[in-house]
Amino acid sequence: MSNTSIMIVGVGGQGTLLASRILGNTLIGAGYDVKVSEVHGMSQRGGSVTTYVRFGEKVWSPIIEKGGADIILSFELLEALRALPYLKPDGQIIVNTQQIDPMPVITGAAEYPQGIEQTLAQRSRLTAVDALALAREAGSIKAVNVVLIGLLASRTSIPREQWEETLRATVPPKFLEINQRAFALGYEYQ
Amino acid sequence: MKPQLMIGNAAVARGAYEAGVRVVASYPGTPSTEITESVVQYPDIYCEWAPNEKVACEVAIGASIGGARAMTCCKHVGLNVMADPVFTASYTGVNGGLVIAVADDPGMHSSQNEQDSRHYAEASKCPMLEPADSDECLAYTKAAYELSECFDAPVFLRLTTRVAHSQSMTRLSDPADVPLRDYVKNPAKFVMAPANAIRRHVDVERRTLDLKAFAEETELNQVIGHGAKIGVVCAGISYLYARETLGEQADYLKLGMVWPLPEKKLRDFAAAHETVYVIEQLDPFIETCARSLGLNVIGKEAFTWLGEYTAAMIRRAVLNAEDAPAPAADVQAPVRPPVMCAGCPHRGTFYVLKKLGLTVCGDIGCYTLGATPPLSSIDTTICMGASIGVALGMAKARGPEFAKKLVSVIGDSTFIHSGITGLIDVVYNKGINTVIILDNSITGMTGHQDNPTTGKTIRGEATKQVDLELLAKAVGIDRVRVVDPFDVKAMETAVKEEVAADEPSLIIAQRPCALLKYVKYTGHCRVDPDTCRNCRVCMKLGCPALTVREGRVVIDTTQCNGCGLCVNVCPFHAIEKEGE
Repeated sequence: MSNTSIMIVGVGGQGTLLASRILGNTLIGAGYDVKVSEVHGMSQRGGSVTTYVRFGEKVWSPIIEKGGADIILSFELLEALRALPYLKPDGQIIVNTQQIDPMPVITGAAEYPQGIEQTLAQRSRLTAVDALALAREAGSIKAVNVVLIGLLASRTSIPREQWEETLRATVPPKFLEINQRAFALGYEYQ
Repeated sequence: MKPQLMIGNAAVARGAYEAGVRVVASYPGTPSTEITESVVQYPDIYCEWAPNEKVACEVAIGASIGGARAMTCCKHVGLNVMADPVFTASYTGVNGGLVIAVADDPGMHSSQNEQDSRHYAEASKCPMLEPADSDECLAYTKAAYELSECFDAPVFLRLTTRVAHSQSMTRLSDPADVPLRDYVKNPAKFVMAPANAIRRHVDVERRTLDLKAFAEETELNQVIGHGAKIGVVCAGISYLYARETLGEQADYLKLGMVWPLPEKKLRDFAAAHETVYVIEQLDPFIETCARSLGLNVIGKEAFTWLGEYTAAMIRRAVLNAEDAPAPAADVQAPVRPPVMCAGCPHRGTFYVLKKLGLTVCGDIGCYTLGATPPLSSIDTTICMGASIGVALGMAKARGPEFAKKLVSVIGDSTFIHSGITGLIDVVYNKGINTVIILDNSITGMTGHQDNPTTGKTIRGEATKQVDLELLAKAVGIDRVRVVDPFDVKAMETAVKEEVAADEPSLIIAQRPCALLKYVKYTGHCRVDPDTCRNCRVCMKLGCPALTVREGRVVIDTTQCNGCGLCVNVCPFHAIEKEGE
């Protein structure tokens, strides 16, 4: 069996680390060899952030190469575009349609590209979702990460209960209810 | 025990716990910080954030002399700071085992240079182990303590960013019961005055020979054979990259010990293969050794000295295989560099410095981002603490007129780390420099570690707090003032007055990091489109929440935390806090 590679991309501060933790722990629960790689530190300060998650029978490198991702889970539109070269030719993208302007756009040195969704749709199996709206519906805009994990979960063969078990083990009890709602809204998104 | 998914750094901490380590002292530095942070979960280990790496290392050395297994952790540039005690600890050797965990940062994800720490092992004559994944991080940490006590040497454990920050399956065991060793006064071993050091140097050279013999025997250095014609010599993460890419098309000499290197093993491996590649990031450390043995290996001529390696690079170099162009390689996406967070207290200071057009000697921390547009304030960034010495040097070179348009900016933790000595130099040598301490009440960039100015220890216990005002006065700075950087008018006045003064001065720009739990900004700011004259003064702040849509300034409420700095700078009172 060949390995599966999932890339989680977003903007520092969006909660990609929690998402990768839920994903990683669920995959171990399902009995896979798992490697998760992310970079902490400077890039976390509002910059582009990337987490690589690879799983299968035996995983060597923790890094995903260009053209190597089966799934890209993107927390932001522009970051999905940036990650596109990493997608396999038949890969799928799940993207939150939220737009966060990077500093070169804010200063006027660059423009936020138009028509990103169309570009992504032409080159991948695309699911675009307004995860911010669903997170708001769940009770907190901070739950964007769990909405997206819910959506990703619905595309895997791992049973829903297993994801929900990890969620319970990973999220502080105070925020569990909101996150359970967020997960459900993502999982059931059509 | 069930294997756990752990980052390499947490696995090193677990290894220390299982090895019976009693004392861990470090200064934070990406990508090494989480080792010491993870030690906090083991209540029986004494751990601390030291003011800098040198002190941290000395604490660990003292603990080792005192009979305990001890550890200090740092990033590659932190090892420069601790180099002085390390080189002599190599001579004294240890009592309890001593391990120095050092994390290099190929690709400079969060660093100011790309130095290769392996040279320190050779230069200080202390053995160095290099794990490839989290399971090895744990196992090699334990092995390092055995080695340290067996050979009477401090032992380096070298990580790289991808090993330190990647999670992989890690096998845990119960901690060993390692008793505190006796402390017996032994000046011949621990007082490194020349007469003793001359004798210890003999021991060090003998030890190196013993370590070389050990390197040939140890299972840390293993041949993984598939009967291939291609041989690959590698260590750490490079092994995983090579293994992923080349699979069973190559045999591997995987080195778990990168200094001293096993010369006979290298010779035998080279002799058994038609083509031998040395795959190592950064400097040709193993390659240079192989070449000195007269071995015909392929190294840096096929690979790069720069940055991180990739599978594609290895495919190209070893298999001569060009990858198909990546799909969508043509997409253009504007870069998203890191920025100061919404609500960052440093923003107010840099806004003022930019406005006044001053030359700014910067330092290491989140505020290094003050160099990037639109704030673009910082002229120099060298290393921890350098902002003050560099500014003094510039002022001495260019004279008092230049000095009056010059400031140093340095964070609270960095000031304690190595800014104090620079400040003393300014006073002692009659500088007229102005230093601004960006006091955000935390060590920010590395992810919120307490330091001597926060009044809390690594375990969150209350402790004495360094009083920066008193400290500055004690070293002879008569002009000291504390300003809120969000009060931009007061900040501007303070900076103007202090740079104009004919004596040294210190401004403490005091406001806590917006990400600290106790900092509670509420609501959002809002631009009133009727009052806004579109002057764009607010856009000079470089706040990630302020942007322009359809020609007008708007505030992205998903990014805004309601800190109110933009309210303070708007000349037309067109920005307001919602609900106020």
